[in-house]
Amino acid sequence: MNSMNHVVQFGTEEDVQVLMEKRRHNGTLWQAVFMFSVSLAMLFLIMLIFSVVNTTFGYVVLVNEVESSTLIAQKDSVSSFTRAELEQVAFSRLSAGILRRVEYEKPIADRSDEELIALIEQYIIKPKVRKTWGLWDSLFNKIEIDRYMAENEGSYAVFRSWVNSSFLVADQSSDPLNAGIRTALFGSLWIILVTLVFAFPIGVGAAIYLEEYAKDNRFNRALQLNIFNLSAVPSIIYGLLGLAVFVRAMEPITSGALILGIEDSTANGRTILSGGLTLGLLVLPIIIINTQEALKAVPDSLRMSSYGVGATKWQTVWNHVLPASFDRILTGTILALSRAFGETAPLVVIGASTFISIDPSGIFSKFTTLPTQIYQWSARPQGAYRNLASAAIVCLLILLLIMNSTAIYLRARINRKKRLEA
Amino acid sequence: MGCMPMTSSFVFLMRYSKRMMDPHKNSFRRKVRPHERFIEIMLFFCALLSIIITVGIVVILVKESWLFFKNPQVTLKEFFTSKKWQPMIGDFGFLPLLNATFTTSIIAMSLGVPIGLFVAIYLSEYASEKTRAVLKPILEILAGIPSIVFGYFALTFMTPLLRGIFNAERVEIYNTASAGLVIGILVLPLIATMAEDAIGAVPKELRLAAYALGSTKLETVFQIVIPAAISGISATFLLAFSRAIGETMVVALAAGAGPNFTYNPFRSAETITGYIVRISGGDVSYNSIDYNSIFALGLVLFIITFALNFISRRISERFRQEYE
Repeated sequence: MNSMNHVVQFGTEEDVQVLMEKRRHNGTLWQAVFMFSVSLAMLFLIMLIFSVVNTTFGYVVLVNEVESSTLIAQKDSVSSFTRAELEQVAFSRLSAGILRRVEYEKPIADRSDEELIALIEQYIIKPKVRKTWGLWDSLFNKIEIDRYMAENEGSYAVFRSWVNSSFLVADQSSDPLNAGIRTALFGSLWIILVTLVFAFPIGVGAAIYLEEYAKDNRFNRALQLNIFNLSAVPSIIYGLLGLAVFVRAMEPITSGALILGIEDSTANGRTILSGGLTLGLLVLPIIIINTQEALKAVPDSLRMSSYGVGATKWQTVWNHVLPASFDRILTGTILALSRAFGETAPLVVIGASTFISIDPSGIFSKFTTLPTQIYQWSARPQGAYRNLASAAIVCLLILLLIMNSTAIYLRARINRKKRLEA
Repeated sequence: MGCMPMTSSFVFLMRYSKRMMDPHKNSFRRKVRPHERFIEIMLFFCALLSIIITVGIVVILVKESWLFFKNPQVTLKEFFTSKKWQPMIGDFGFLPLLNATFTTSIIAMSLGVPIGLFVAIYLSEYASEKTRAVLKPILEILAGIPSIVFGYFALTFMTPLLRGIFNAERVEIYNTASAGLVIGILVLPLIATMAEDAIGAVPKELRLAAYALGSTKLETVFQIVIPAAISGISATFLLAFSRAIGETMVVALAAGAGPNFTYNPFRSAETITGYIVRISGGDVSYNSIDYNSIFALGLVLFIITFALNFISRRISERFRQEYE
């Protein structure tokens, strides 16, 4: 019976031809499916970048609280004011408190025209965001914007890049037009510094132990397995660990009360130190694994020749193995740190997302970071905060790009060195 | 730096040879070097810290969960069977959170698994060196983007897209479908890269043998290469699934705040991770039932992801022994 079937299936040449045709057809079809998947993956990246860039630029419809023509008759824009008019408006319209603060920071007479214009816009004219449009709508759907402006009296449209120099240096503000990421940037840098100082030596040390010293026994295998498992633990679990250990149990230390005697404990242990240590625990397994890879790449002949001239184990590691693998270790560490740089969940869990307008001044300061700032802004329903979030994302991605290209540059240099040595 | 080792070993040699010439000293006896031993112990403690972290995670999660379950309001039976999670008014059933977590993860996997696998197949079997040189960095870029950016993408792009395609009345502003799809994009590079490694580890001889028997490229891929790499591929899927379950920022932004037991992916529902972030973000006071509840849920999350990672690791270890 079985053999009969075979005869029928592969019997005539024609049958084989048909079958072959079908198989080839299948092959082409599936290849198209594979290529389609690849283009989908690329499309996702393009959509992601598009959605961020789209909301970073575009028209903003504003309404002024005070029209400039009411300040100086017949002048529709502050930029057309003369110097004398600018100073006069500043002195007469600013409230006493603000005027005192402004004069204290930098006397009005010493300020340039541009600074005065910015000052008057911020405190007197006070433009308010009515609605924002993305880049796409701004370019191809201008009619809708015009219609909106016609419906709302006194409104005017300005094309705005939400990433600009004042966005980088301004601190948090409830007014989207004046909000910036300075405190968040400082917070992120402080956190990364603490993470690096904590995780780098311990991570490299652990990797050296596992690669150079550890004998292949049960305990060390368990150690290795444990590190792999830790690297796959969700980051939010590290946040819970940090909350219970650094923020709560070690509060006297992490809030600085024990060391510096800081009595003002508004931070409650929710400090840069806690955040940095939490992220340090998070990236530790990654640094260990990356460093192990780097140490594995060092040829054994180097170790053997070092032992051959009588060096001890540590002398071999310190003088030969580490210098030979240092570039790779650095690359792996930078990649691990860029992971920490974009990490949000653990920092939100340990309490980073509070509103802060003072720059962090040390490891015992309260903090906010760039990703937590993005989270805060994205979570708000008002349109303009979305624009702020996307502007902050652009900054975050650029910083990550710089970090990663440094790593890639180092990797390329290693390869070149390798080729020269060979 | 370069001449340092030379100098030190030279000095060392000089000292050593002097001692060799002295017949009264047993120069070949191993010299006791306390600092070498000290360094080794220090390094060992660095490595041991990883165990301490694991123990720390387990101890803290269990301890706080113990406080949670010790609370007279909470019973184990309610925790595992009730479909209501409202700690404020004493409802402690974690099923809505678990259900939302699995909804988003399953949606993520149904997008990420086929596309990730197909990308892996294309990269390792079809693509030329040049195409690979373009595609690999794209995957790396996608893998390097922080999850908060994906969360923003879900909220501002995917949700409006879904509301545009399906009816805006049927799709809520916060919904698990949008979050799930974006998590799928997030785990895609992970699946593609790891599955490609698994497929690439299949020896070339197997493919050649298949061609010699007259099979087409596609038949070789589906009937020879994939079955040979199946353990590595399934390990990848498990790891990606655990990533999707533990993913936080995407669901925190896009899936909605407020537990909701629903099978409808277009409705908002809070996941385990989303709940933890929302509660802890709002300055929760210690020793409150809220504070303890996030640790209980953290424990659940840890157990699920740890189990998935462990199985994944086991499978891929078995796989490695097959070909090396």
